[in-house]
Amino acid sequence: MRIDCKHVWEHISAYIDGEVDAALRADIDRHLETCEICSAVLDSTRNVVVLMADERVFELPAGFSERLHARLDRELELAGPS
Amino acid sequence: MKTPDPEFEAECIRRILAGERHLFHELIHPSERAIYFLLLSLLRNDAEAEDAAQETAIKVYLNLKNFRGDSQFRTWVLSIARNEGLGRLRKQGTRREESLDAGTDEQTGDYTPAILTSWREIPSEALERKELGALLREAIDALPEIYRNVVLLRDIEEMDIRETAGALGITEGAVKVRLHRARALLQRNLTPRLKGFAPKRRGLFGGRA
Repeated sequence: MRIDCKHVWEHISAYIDGEVDAALRADIDRHLETCEICSAVLDSTRNVVVLMADERVFELPAGFSERLHARLDRELELAGPS
Repeated sequence: MKTPDPEFEAECIRRILAGERHLFHELIHPSERAIYFLLLSLLRNDAEAEDAAQETAIKVYLNLKNFRGDSQFRTWVLSIARNEGLGRLRKQGTRREESLDAGTDEQTGDYTPAILTSWREIPSEALERKELGALLREAIDALPEIYRNVVLLRDIEEMDIRETAGALGITEGAVKVRLHRARALLQRNLTPRLKGFAPKRRGLFGGRA
């Protein structure tokens, strides 16, 4: 089936996550082969998703873990879990 | 994200409750990032998020005997984190008009993508990471709350849709809708600004190299 750009955009997030069924995926793939606009939208959306998952882009504050575990140590001294 | 290991967690919890308290450090460690970023998305303040993350870890420890194992440990931990964050917002009286609990998923708003772009490459220079991180955080910060939480758990912490739904107390369908909208808003916001990060080359649309 031929689908339009708007239809592709509606499913782009699910497409990136591999959550569209085979038939829709084939329709979208066919559309992407000839539509430069949609393939640019797909690439840039995927770039955003990839960047967000990059641990170097989203770092915990320096010393976060050390401070957390130091505080936990103090608490573990004070109270038992029961 | 560190992948949770349910068997290790169950064994850890059993031994902690039996007295090996120090094992709690290992149990909570894989969830630290998710706790912090979830709280940061709610509280929007680094110091407050860190303090709330510490409180969350302590509450998890004190309530460990109540964990039933009918959800993933981290899902349970994140629901405690979320309650901690919401409690603080209520106390501050700074809850904005947008609702965190109910959420609105009605078909409003414009989610049309930014279409003129030559930004197709992932920036790779280490020097650019800091700047990129700042841009991304700014863009995520500008999202409505209900989208921010979803994108944070799903895309930054790479939790699956089911776990994200469990941690936020919403349906999987709502996660998918919100995720789609969040990504569309981020794409539209970031693409024009991130083009400059792409390697020098001729743009597809004859745009600047």
